[in-house]
Amino acid sequence: MAVVEEADTPAREVGRHDENVVLDVRDLRMRYGTTDVLNGVNFTARPGEVVALLGPNGAGKTTTIEILEGFRMRSAGEVAVLGVDPAHGGEDWRARLGVVLQSWRDHGQWRIRELLGHLGEYYAPYSTDRITRPWPLDELIEVVGLTEHAHKKIARLSGGQRRRLDVAIGIVGRPELLFLDEPTAGFDPEARREFHDLVHRLADQETTILLTTHDLDEAEKLADRILILAGGTIIADGTADELARSMSTEAEVRWTVDGQRFVHSTHDATAFVRDLFREHDEAIGDLEVRRPSLEDVYMAMVRQFEAGQHEAAVREFSEVTA
Amino acid sequence: MSTGSALYAARVGLRRGGLEVRHTFTNSQDLWNYIFPSLIFLVVMFFMRGAAVPGTDFSLGSRTLPSVLGMSVAFGGLVTLMMSLALEREDGTLLRAKAIPNGMLGYLVGKLVLVAGMTVASMLIVLVPSLFMLDGIALTSVTAWLTLAWVLVLGLVATLPLGAIFGSLFTNPRNAGVIMMPVMGLVAISGVFYPIQSFPEWLQGVAQVFPIYWLALGMRSALLPDELAAVEIGESWRHLETVGVLSAWAVAGLVLAPWVLRRMARRESGSSVAERRERAMRRVA
Repeated sequence: MAVVEEADTPAREVGRHDENVVLDVRDLRMRYGTTDVLNGVNFTARPGEVVALLGPNGAGKTTTIEILEGFRMRSAGEVAVLGVDPAHGGEDWRARLGVVLQSWRDHGQWRIRELLGHLGEYYAPYSTDRITRPWPLDELIEVVGLTEHAHKKIARLSGGQRRRLDVAIGIVGRPELLFLDEPTAGFDPEARREFHDLVHRLADQETTILLTTHDLDEAEKLADRILILAGGTIIADGTADELARSMSTEAEVRWTVDGQRFVHSTHDATAFVRDLFREHDEAIGDLEVRRPSLEDVYMAMVRQFEAGQHEAAVREFSEVTA
Repeated sequence: MSTGSALYAARVGLRRGGLEVRHTFTNSQDLWNYIFPSLIFLVVMFFMRGAAVPGTDFSLGSRTLPSVLGMSVAFGGLVTLMMSLALEREDGTLLRAKAIPNGMLGYLVGKLVLVAGMTVASMLIVLVPSLFMLDGIALTSVTAWLTLAWVLVLGLVATLPLGAIFGSLFTNPRNAGVIMMPVMGLVAISGVFYPIQSFPEWLQGVAQVFPIYWLALGMRSALLPDELAAVEIGESWRHLETVGVLSAWAVAGLVLAPWVLRRMARRESGSSVAERRERAMRRVA
């Protein structure tokens, strides 16, 4: 579904910006001393889109997110977050953002309901006709699955419960744009599933979400669009399918004929299987087509990039999305 | 930021401070921090109650009570605020405040309420038992209470900005202990437990530059009979000088603190908190 926008629209949109672009990053650069951490990052996000930012450690994911959150000044480039330059975002802009931070031992003496109620108060003056802020307290606690712990002291929560609280704090102001930095680290499978449902629910309410994760399975499940950041630039931008096609990774077909096993790798699994049936028909059993997982594609892309084939990766990709 | 939204956030901050003061009475760590130093002071005063202030027959223990109260104000404003800022920067409380509209303002207002509340609470914990234990404390007149009130408020205004500045400068709360040594030194030369007229004049001069001496003096002027003024430096409570020195510190602190606080707030980000967390974890391991 995602459309990769090339920079063909004028770059100066801050101030009178397009309602349909929540995040607009053009040629973002960051330099620490003499080290370039980001050298020309470009991407956009539309309302309600869930975008996953992937990349090896040290690729600049955190730096990118912190610049968008307004916590870090950029060295160069154009950035518009909800139509505002985050370097000059005021409190009303801040009220439209949600940031999920990693908690550690802050607010240990507070109780869940007390803290969420308190933090929610800050958002009350920023309600609009469309969005009532903050999120009603008990509903919010229910949404993140903490109802039975609502009166527990935060210092006594388990790691997973704490993470849910972080998410609740991130969304208490009903953000239009939510930043999730490795949201499910430390979740058990059930909590993870519930969290994914929550993300889908937020996206249905037109919340745009930018998330980073190391869990590629999660990225594939949650994200409408995947960005791969490596070496300070976006080396891929598209749906998981588009990424797979761009890398022309082969699908694996397994089948048996009269009890004998076969494996074959092919670019066009459908055509191959059609031929297979034409030839053997009812003799075929245990047919299985395995598409390359996002993990395969990701590893291939990062490896290709790191092998110095950055140019090739970008060219291949732009052909696919053109 | 508009004035309206700032006022709103300040009100939210007041409630935050109130909740946090309440929290200090519900956990053993904070209760211990209230009671333990108070117990020490009470024991010290108990044993000093028989001795006399030099040149009078007034109880030295009773003279120590107001001095200790003055010192508590300085400790509250300076040390409590400093430690709490340094700690909450490390644990990410400040970053959370920064991620919320006007959250930093609410956070700071809350912190000031918390420190003021804790200071008053620890003063009461020392004062109330002392009134039964010590003789000669003259807290019966309205003037006495008024003096106590203005010394308390001016003392907090003078020391809180300093606490905020030091708390912002330390990135590691354990290093904040560095500031404790000079503070303890100041307590020793500020005449909290014994009059300082026997000290060399230059040392008396040093003591009179800093707020602790004046806070202790101001509290003595509130709680002790007027005759005791005769054994102070200059044979007077020197209210004018007290207001002068404390105000000078207040102005200097209030000019510097917003700048230092803004600089600190600007630097808070997820990665800086993560970095500090890793450092702290390494220390634990």
